[in-house]
Amino acid sequence: MSGKKPQLALYWAASCGGCDVATLDVNEKILDVAAAFDIRLWPIAMDFKYKDIELWADNEIDVCLFNGAVRNSEQLHLAKLLRRKSKVMVAFGACASFGGIPGLANLHDRKTIFEAVYGYTVSTHNPDKVYPAPKLKVSEGELTLPDFFDDVFALHQVIPVEYFVPGCPPTPETIMTAVGAIIEGKLPPAGSTIGINRALCDECKRTKSDKPKIERFYRPQEILTDPDKCLLEQGLTCQGSATRGGCGALCPSVNMPCRGCYGPMPSSSDAGADALSAMASIVDASDEKTADEKMARLVDPLGTFYRFTLPVSLLVRSPKQPQS
Amino acid sequence: MAEQFEPKIAVLCCNWCTYAGADLAGTSRMKYAPNVRLIRTMCSGRIDPSFVMTALKDGADGVLIAGCHPADCHYINGNHKTMRRFPVLHTMLAQFGIERDRVRLEWISASEGDRFVEVANEMTETVRKLGPLDWKSRTAAGNVA
Repeated sequence: MSGKKPQLALYWAASCGGCDVATLDVNEKILDVAAAFDIRLWPIAMDFKYKDIELWADNEIDVCLFNGAVRNSEQLHLAKLLRRKSKVMVAFGACASFGGIPGLANLHDRKTIFEAVYGYTVSTHNPDKVYPAPKLKVSEGELTLPDFFDDVFALHQVIPVEYFVPGCPPTPETIMTAVGAIIEGKLPPAGSTIGINRALCDECKRTKSDKPKIERFYRPQEILTDPDKCLLEQGLTCQGSATRGGCGALCPSVNMPCRGCYGPMPSSSDAGADALSAMASIVDASDEKTADEKMARLVDPLGTFYRFTLPVSLLVRSPKQPQS
Repeated sequence: MAEQFEPKIAVLCCNWCTYAGADLAGTSRMKYAPNVRLIRTMCSGRIDPSFVMTALKDGADGVLIAGCHPADCHYINGNHKTMRRFPVLHTMLAQFGIERDRVRLEWISASEGDRFVEVANEMTETVRKLGPLDWKSRTAAGNVA
């Protein structure tokens, strides 16, 4: 690169902005990042125009950190554009890696989502039934909006991706591991996930028994937990056993059960199936009636087990291929 | 007359009870619906939820999970795990938009060839009425439980 700093782009699509905030949470290390890279694009921090990106040469950007899922035509356009301009594309955060929380919308489609959001929710007042349209003619000309897709996509479902940085959001340590690897040129093989290849339980300091048993399920607000004992054994739907570690077991250390944001283990075929299997198998029930009663307390299993991974689940529905 | 829909039903069953029960039905020359396809595992406890999901995704119209009666497990309590997982899996599949009647759990012992025949026939008729699952061309709209 002959003395020229590596070129970095950060972009957000269907995301909450948490990934960008997490990037700033590396605190003073952000100065190292700024010293090591030329930041060419970062919509949350600086002003850029899409047409400027189009003027870049192909592969001009060394690394693109793309956070957020892809759920409309603008995001798809930017994903494809940045793919063309970047040598290395990183799916940054749970949404880009697995679809994330926005991915839960894949239980519905555009029509039913619009009907709810612009139709019948309590706070909606829309007597003329106005719905967002990609094009609208007004006297001054034509107004356009991005086209809202039926499905939410993880980044690798629409463009090729080299690396995955999981987390909602990725912890500063995970971010610095990824950034460090890029700076030092010690990148793992393409397709790798930045994180550890062990379950979160391995990092969790709580005491686990040899023969775990769940007496009954609780929601976090229903129970005062023992701060030293495994949360799953206390009846909280902690998904540590089916979740990749790397975050340092942050949630369990502050009495919150793991929600699975670092995604499935490397060997997993389906994150939700793994979590369900691990959790249900140890419930204390040896007859069908007790099992039914105890399992009924686990409300919303789909939302619990696929909180971050619905678009990449085994039962993902066949998406209508998005039009660019 | 229009051709009748023939559902494909994956039967995930344990080696020691239900598979032997199906064998008994066969050797006793009992007739049952040819729509069921048996897949043997060593224990119903080995049947991971992802097996059921994969079957439904890849073309099964229904899935029957079958094993030893509770307390009769060859491995003492493998089927207890099946029993605990099933209600959650059933609810979760309904949330995905898969009708509850497409997935069923039954305990069928090695001596219950007649019960195996009954369940296989019942399940075939139930799923036939529901029609093809055809998961790959489904969209989830309106299916949320």
